[in-house]
Amino acid sequence: MADDKANAAAYWKANVRLITGCLIVWALVSYGFAILLRPLLAGIPVGGTDLGFWFAQQGSILTFIGIIFFYAWKMNRLDKQFGLGE
Amino acid sequence: MSQFAINLLFVGASFALYIGIAIWARAGSTKDFYVAGGGVHPVTNGMATAADWMSAASFISMAGLLASGGYANSTFLMGWTGGYVILAMLLAPYLRKFGKFTVPDFIGDRFYSNTARLVAVICLIVASITYVIGQMTGAGVAFSRFLEVSNTWGIWIAAFIVFLYAVFGGMKGITYTQVAQYIVLIIAYTIPAVFIAIQLTGNPIPGLGMFSTHSESGLPLLVKLNEVLNELGFRDYTADVDNKLNMVLFTLSLMVGTAGLPHVIIRFFTVPKVADARWSAGWALVFIALLYLTAPAVASMARLNLMTTVYPEAAGQVESYEDAMTDPLAYEDRPGWIRTWEETGLITYTDKNDDGRIQLYNEGNEDFAETAEARGWEGSELNVNNDILVLANPEIANLPSWVIGLIAAGGIAAALSTAAGLLLAISSAISHDLIKTMINPKITEKGEMLAARLSMAGAILLATYLGLNPPGFAAQTVALAFGIAGASLFPALMMGIFSKRVNNKGAVAGMLTGLLLTLLYIFTYLGWFFIPGTNMLPNTAENWIMGVSPLSFGAVGAICNFIVAFAVSSATEEPPQEIQDLVESVRYPKGAGIATGH
Repeated sequence: MADDKANAAAYWKANVRLITGCLIVWALVSYGFAILLRPLLAGIPVGGTDLGFWFAQQGSILTFIGIIFFYAWKMNRLDKQFGLGE
Repeated sequence: MSQFAINLLFVGASFALYIGIAIWARAGSTKDFYVAGGGVHPVTNGMATAADWMSAASFISMAGLLASGGYANSTFLMGWTGGYVILAMLLAPYLRKFGKFTVPDFIGDRFYSNTARLVAVICLIVASITYVIGQMTGAGVAFSRFLEVSNTWGIWIAAFIVFLYAVFGGMKGITYTQVAQYIVLIIAYTIPAVFIAIQLTGNPIPGLGMFSTHSESGLPLLVKLNEVLNELGFRDYTADVDNKLNMVLFTLSLMVGTAGLPHVIIRFFTVPKVADARWSAGWALVFIALLYLTAPAVASMARLNLMTTVYPEAAGQVESYEDAMTDPLAYEDRPGWIRTWEETGLITYTDKNDDGRIQLYNEGNEDFAETAEARGWEGSELNVNNDILVLANPEIANLPSWVIGLIAAGGIAAALSTAAGLLLAISSAISHDLIKTMINPKITEKGEMLAARLSMAGAILLATYLGLNPPGFAAQTVALAFGIAGASLFPALMMGIFSKRVNNKGAVAGMLTGLLLTLLYIFTYLGWFFIPGTNMLPNTAENWIMGVSPLSFGAVGAICNFIVAFAVSSATEEPPQEIQDLVESVRYPKGAGIATGH
C-alpha cells in the first residue's frame, strides 16, 4: 500500500513536471515570441514581415500541435512505466 | 441556374446529409442523448470537436476581424488554438477519468456541494447563451445573404433550423453529423482560399502564399498590403500594438475560455479511454489548425482585394500612389458582390463628396485628414461589415458560382454545429444537473428529455432576441462568452484537479467572484444583459481601466477567481478525506470505466 502511494505520488510529480515544461514552451511562443518579445525578433525577416508576426499568425499554432502530441506520447509512456494505465 | 438556386441547392443538400445522419443515429436513451455511448474514436472525436468548436465566429467572422485589425487581432488565432494545450494537459484526461456527463457534475461532486453545482450551472448557462448570441449573429449574416432576405429574417430562420436540429439530434446524432459538418466546412473554407492564393501569389497553399510574392506588383504580399493601407491613412497591417497588456490578457482569456467551455469539455467524456482524451485534444487541434492556418491568409488577401477593387490602379507596380488613389472606382461600375451585399444592408455607400466615386479610407486618422482634404475627400464612403468578408470572398475574387454555394453551406454548417453543441450543454445542465440531481431525482427518463428540449427552446429564443441587437461582431460576442467561461468555470475545474486543499466554500466564492466581476466589467461597457443603450461608460479604449478591453477581462476574472478560492479555502476547513481520495483517483488513468450517469 505504501509502495502504491509512493508510486502514485511519483507519477503525479512526473506529470506536473512535464506539464510545467510544456507550459513554458506554450507561453514562450505565444506570449513571448508573438507578443512581448516581438520587438526583439523584428530583425529576423519572414516573407515581407518579421518572425514575431509569423509566430502570432502561424508559428504558435504549429507549436501548440507539437506540444499536445508530445505530451500525449510522453504521458502514455509514463502510464505504462508506473503501471497506472488502463 | 441563378446564384440563388445554386445556394439553395448546396445548403439544401448539406442539410439533407446532416438530417439523414441524425435520423440514422437517433438517440434512444438519455445516455446516448448526452454522450454518444462513450465509444468514439479519438480521430473521429477530434474531427467532431473541431466542428463543434469552429463556429460562425471562426468560419464567418474571424478572418474579417483579422483583415480589419491585422497583427493586433492575432489574439483570436493564438487564443482559440492555445486553449487546447491547456485543455489537453490540465483538464481533459482527468475529467474523462472522473467519468460523469457534465461539467456541473464534476464541480458539484468535487466540491461536495449543491451550491457549487448550482453556481456552475449558472456560469455555464450565462457563458453558453452569450456564445449562442454570437452564433445567431453569424448565421443571420449567412442566411440573409444566401436566402436574399433581411438580416433580421436571416436570424429568425437560423434560430428555427438550429432548434429543430438540436432537439432531434442529441449527442450521438451530433457526433456523426459533426464529422460531416467538419468536412463540409473545411472544404468550403479552403477552396476559395486556394483560388485566391493562386490568383494573388501563384502559390496554391494559402498559408504559404501569404508570406510570398504578390504576382501583380512583384512585392511581398504583406509589404504591398502595408503600402496600399498607408496611402489611405490606415495602420500597417503588420504594425505592432502599443497596449501589450491588453493583447496578452485577451489571448489568455480566449485560451482559458477554450478550456472552460462546457460544450468542448463534454466532448472528452465521449472517448473510450483516458489516453484517448489526450490524443483527441491533439487531433482536434490538427483539424482546427487546417482552418486557422488558412484564415490569416484569407484575411490579408481579402483586405488587399477589397482595396484594389476600390482603387484598381493601386494593384500593380505603382509609380505614384497619388494617381492611383485619386482615381477610385465609380459607384456605377461597382462589382456585383457590392450590389448583392448592399441588399442585406451589410454594405452601405454614401456619396459624401458627390463625385459618384467610392472613397474608402481611414477617416479617423487625424494625421491623414490633410491628405484626404487635398484629394477632395469628405469622409470614407463605403462601410463594409467585417462579418461578410469570408462569405463575400469568392465573389470578390470572381470565383464560379458553385464556390459561392459551397461557402454558404460551410458557413451555415459552422454556425449550426456549434449552436447545437451549446444548446445541448445548456439543456443537460438544466435537465440533468438542476432538475434531476437537485430538484426531482425521481424524474422519469421521458420527463428528463422533455425538460432538456424545453430548455433548448428557451435558450434559443433568448439568444435570438439578443442576437437581433448583438453586442459586437460574431467573433467578438463569442470572445465575451470565452471570458465568462474562463473566469468562472476554468479555475474551478483546474483547482478541483490540481489542489486537494480547495474546499466547497473556496470554490463557490471563487466562481462567483470570477463570474460577477467579469459580467460587471462587460455590462459596464456593453450594456446590462447586452441591451443596447444601458451601458454606463462608452466602449472605447480611453474609458477602459488600464486599457483592458471587456473582451480581455476574462483573464483578470480568472486570476481573481484563483486568488479568492485559495484565500477562502485556507481560512476554512480542509475538504473531507473521501473528497481528497476522489481528487487522488482522477489523477491516475487506472480504473476508468465508461462515462456513467450516477
